[in-house]
Amino acid sequence: MQTISMNINGVSVSGEVEDRTLLVQFLRENLRLTGTHVGCDTSQCGACVVHVDGVSVKSCTILAVQSDGCEVVTIEGLATGSHLHPMQQAFKDNHGLQCGFCTPGMVMSAIDIVNRNGCDVDEATVRKELEGNICRCTGYHNIVKSVQAGAKNMGG
Amino acid sequence: MAENGIGASVRRKEDNRFLTGKGNYTDDINVVGQTYAYFVRSPYAHAILNSIDTSAASASDGVVAVLTGDDLAEDGIAPLICGVNVTSDDGEPHRAPLHPALAQGKVNYVGDHVAVVIAESLAQAKDAAEKVSIDYEVLPAVASTATAAEENQQQIHDIAPNNMCYNWPFGDKAAVDAVFETAHKISTLDLINNRMVTNPMEPRAAAGEYNSGTEEITLHVTTQNPHVHRLILSAFNQLAPEHKLRVVGPDVGGGFGVKIFVYAEELVVGWACRKLNRPVKWTSDRTEAFLADAHGRDHVATAEMALDDQGKFLAMRVNTTANLGAYLSTFSTMVPSYLYAFLLAGQYTTPLIYSEVKAVFTNTAPVDAARGAGRPEATYLLERLVDVCAEDMGLDPAEIRRRNFIPVDAFPYQTPVVQCYDSGDYPAALEKALQLADYDGFTGRAEEAKSRGMLRGIGLSSYVEACGIAPSAAVGQLGAGVGLWESAQVRFNPTGNVQVFTGTHSHGQGHETTFAQLVTEQLGVPIENIEVIHGDTAKTQFGMGTYGSRSLAVGGVAIAKACEKLIEKGKKIAAHALEAAEGDIEFVDGDFTVAGTDKAMNIAEVAFNAYVPHSYPEGLEPGFDENAFFDPLNFSFPAGTHVCEVEVDPETGEVEIVKYSAVDDFGKLINPMIVEGQVHGGIVHGVGQALLEGCQYDDDGQLITASYMDYAMPRADNVPSFDVDYAPTNPPHNPLGVKGCGEAGAIGAPPAVINAISNALGVKHIDMPATPEAVWRAAQSAA
Repeated sequence: MQTISMNINGVSVSGEVEDRTLLVQFLRENLRLTGTHVGCDTSQCGACVVHVDGVSVKSCTILAVQSDGCEVVTIEGLATGSHLHPMQQAFKDNHGLQCGFCTPGMVMSAIDIVNRNGCDVDEATVRKELEGNICRCTGYHNIVKSVQAGAKNMGG
Repeated sequence: MAENGIGASVRRKEDNRFLTGKGNYTDDINVVGQTYAYFVRSPYAHAILNSIDTSAASASDGVVAVLTGDDLAEDGIAPLICGVNVTSDDGEPHRAPLHPALAQGKVNYVGDHVAVVIAESLAQAKDAAEKVSIDYEVLPAVASTATAAEENQQQIHDIAPNNMCYNWPFGDKAAVDAVFETAHKISTLDLINNRMVTNPMEPRAAAGEYNSGTEEITLHVTTQNPHVHRLILSAFNQLAPEHKLRVVGPDVGGGFGVKIFVYAEELVVGWACRKLNRPVKWTSDRTEAFLADAHGRDHVATAEMALDDQGKFLAMRVNTTANLGAYLSTFSTMVPSYLYAFLLAGQYTTPLIYSEVKAVFTNTAPVDAARGAGRPEATYLLERLVDVCAEDMGLDPAEIRRRNFIPVDAFPYQTPVVQCYDSGDYPAALEKALQLADYDGFTGRAEEAKSRGMLRGIGLSSYVEACGIAPSAAVGQLGAGVGLWESAQVRFNPTGNVQVFTGTHSHGQGHETTFAQLVTEQLGVPIENIEVIHGDTAKTQFGMGTYGSRSLAVGGVAIAKACEKLIEKGKKIAAHALEAAEGDIEFVDGDFTVAGTDKAMNIAEVAFNAYVPHSYPEGLEPGFDENAFFDPLNFSFPAGTHVCEVEVDPETGEVEIVKYSAVDDFGKLINPMIVEGQVHGGIVHGVGQALLEGCQYDDDGQLITASYMDYAMPRADNVPSFDVDYAPTNPPHNPLGVKGCGEAGAIGAPPAVINAISNALGVKHIDMPATPEAVWRAAQSAA
């Protein structure tokens, strides 16, 4: 067991973890931040995407101990009170979610896509960049619309 | 129209919790003292279990219990069941092998449940599972659908000679054969409907808790139908009496059929939490989902059409072998029979149809309903065969469809395969779709593509499905063990807000919004004052759940009926309060008014009066809360035409969908935004089947596509955006005028895509999934 500490959604936290504990397990099991989901066991589906030091990471792919000392943002950390993050709002406005299970990972990836590609990111880029996030409900049509609308919203 | 009522694209009420990480899925539920279950599964497709030694595992760190099939039997827990009878052509019921939740003496597929380890942590349970020592005597496996029933095959179940579950002929064979004898032309096609793994993004899970004080089990489970789960677990599996078993389907992350069924893990978790008097949680990982979720499709078929010299369909003959896997899943038997053969008429006037379905057992995971369930298989076969007919007759695919469509004035239309279609306008949808797709401009686009060395193809699919499942009398005659009505309760609270309890279940469909729209339209209560509640047997009175695009067409009508009852009662209360005759009270936009006067009372005031009945009509019960059940008179029949245009790179075999147009008839749309989203998702599910997804077992019954590394799910860069429009007709038997929309895309898309690829390559047929390798090979042989 090791003691780790990190800043999650602006709050300093620490906990005891086994060496084999994944970041997503630390978030879900230790901290009960259950907004980050697990949809596969091969780092393919992207339901577990969070931001670590400002970059999107599949939290099933890194160990909790690797995140020691990092700043982590999860889906729970995006909204300000009842005010949704512009990307969350865009997903709501454009019906970019159905069952909601892939949604946290989609939104976290989407923000990272905009951070890297700018607010005028085109459809082809969005589709290519979302390759690591699987959705079974929406057919992606409205997710892509949401990401582009969210990108514009993020640009103010 | 009320603001936010019928026809408005209201933004979803459920979205905020999903967007902020506040969804409550089964694996998110944690309780004090919780233990974790991990299943020991067979690594062999077919083997005798000589012995199971659990002693080392039981002594492992953190282990609470290791349980096997013997423990289950000792406690009187009965095997899993199949709830629909299909009578075989020998007059006997379908063969139903025993399906224990934990294997007893034998395992029959890779992933079959042998034992369960329950420990203080999941890691400890997994570690201990490695220490369960099992002596398997491996038997030869049967993995192929096509050859499962051949003579001299390995027998899987003693009860099922030749691995046959049933042979189910339907139709007048002699009459059909006679037409084939004299037909102008016979078109034939052999095809495979590829096996799919349904793959909702949330894996299945179950969390059981036993209260020794009340002797009640609470089972949170990934279910599309909590009451059906409770009924089966109670009445058939003997888990607990119905009134001592609470089943909750909390937020469920997609279903697509695979969460209808009662699975071994759910039964075991419910049993173990009481046996151990500890909360037990099990969550499937994705590999387990591939191994042990019920799979979908998996047909091998031959289809033949007899035509006259004008291209009119005279008779159709279909021979199908359907793989049901190792055991019968909950509703498996009805999928390749009633839900398949009864849709083989499609949109056409084909007067005679003969179908023979051979349902076989194999050493593979059980196969059951998956998005569309039988209807995608029927539509794919028919719509591919129609294109072969067009080619054989030298007709355009659109033209041969026009010549054979059921005319608009022929409804209600009795097909030769049981179903009586109530409404439809198939030519309208076709013409609109052709326009949307710029069908006439295709030749120019194909020539332009050719100049770049690319092959363009265009494909149509005109589908009809039977939804709004289902009239209880009809399914009862067919052998279903349940009725398929739906229930609703609409309850005003004294402060005027409304709780709507529905027996359907939402796992992505947006019922919390759509059903609230129905209520705001009918009762005039602002939508923010309406809460839709579902998924908990302790809250909702009863229900049959969500599948077969039934929630709005059946459950929505039950809500509307409950609202009507409230209005009737409200008139009595308002008449008393306003000192008018009941017959003079009108109800419009939430207000009860005395006709011709300005005397009025809002429905919220009426509700308050009903709960504080200080001055109240004599003889009337207090309270403002009504129940209703609705049992439909017929199925609903959504239909439409989809047009897919592809560009194929003959050098690589890569297929790009360059344009996809869908025109559907879903009747009236309550929330067009949600409906369009359902269409998009369905199309991509179908595109996945057509281009990417193929569940493969090897000859030994090993699943070789057991992860997202090996099983190709459609991703954002595999598909385009879609052009979606509607050609609605009014279903006369449905009081809301709605038909259902959740499965249409998955039904319409596969033949549209494959017809387009066949057209591009100039080949008669290519099987799904049309992977780059398969397309490249087909392109090479065509050239």
